[in-house]
Amino acid sequence: MGTRRRARRGRVIFEVFRQERAGQAFQHAGSFVAPGPEFAEAYAREFYGRRGESEALWVVPRDEIAEIGEFVDELHRNYHRVDGYSLREKLGRARERAGTATSAG
Amino acid sequence: MAERVNEQELLLQLADDELVVGWRDSEWTGIAPFLEEDVALSSIAQNEIGHARAAYELLADDADALAFDRTPGDYVCAPLVELRLVPDWARTIARRVLYEAADELRLEQLMASADDAVAGLAAKIEREEAYHRMHAHMWAERLASEPRYQEAVEELFPYALGVLEPGLRPALADRIGLAEVEAVERGVHVDEWPALWQEMTEVRRSVPGAAW
Repeated sequence: MGTRRRARRGRVIFEVFRQERAGQAFQHAGSFVAPGPEFAEAYAREFYGRRGESEALWVVPRDEIAEIGEFVDELHRNYHRVDGYSLREKLGRARERAGTATSAG
Repeated sequence: MAERVNEQELLLQLADDELVVGWRDSEWTGIAPFLEEDVALSSIAQNEIGHARAAYELLADDADALAFDRTPGDYVCAPLVELRLVPDWARTIARRVLYEAADELRLEQLMASADDAVAGLAAKIEREEAYHRMHAHMWAERLASEPRYQEAVEELFPYALGVLEPGLRPALADRIGLAEVEAVERGVHVDEWPALWQEMTEVRRSVPGAAW
């Protein structure tokens, strides 16, 4: 929390997530400051909705979002990570052994 | 008392009101109390001018000519919208609240018009005004206990009554919660009007027929 920007007294920072088309995932669109939830709704409509660019919006006070930003990996155990192995290379070798290699690899 | 006017005249009143209130609210662009409000109010101002244009288009083939080529005395806007309120935020919000309340009553009347084009335009405008009212109400609630805001509402209330025909005024008094008083009628312009007219029509007067 320490490094997060804080709003001035009486104001709240809201984060806006925007869904562009029905069924799509919501994506972060931006943030703004408002004196309270009613103002936030009005501003969100003005800034992210009035041109018909959104199917729906999520408007969330920034302080209500749990931010997790530190990930301990002291021993660099890269085998915990999916990018620890190159599946593409392994598959290629296996195909060579089986004699089914394709030009696309 | 103002006499009953026909629908064309009502539509011209609406168009002039929307044009001028939009112009006045846009005077806050860049200097509103905080950035978000600056953007929101500017956007509302832009909407109002858009409503004016749509109404002028129903009334004339050349909307710009109707909007900008008249003499100051030919405009039929209400004194409420002509007042220059920058930099007084309390009075600006009071005008927004009063104007939107009056405009809602007027639009209800126009939506019942026998003329489909008029009724349709009124319904379109009303759908956008709903968000303007939401903006006005949240500010009204926020400022409800501020004496400056209350004084501004009382000061501007007679002007707001003048936006409407006499028949609709009791409904406005009811919505605002004040007793009906003598209205500041259309037809007489406020002292700040000529300067605003000068500014609004400057381009058209320097380049006749200019379009943008």
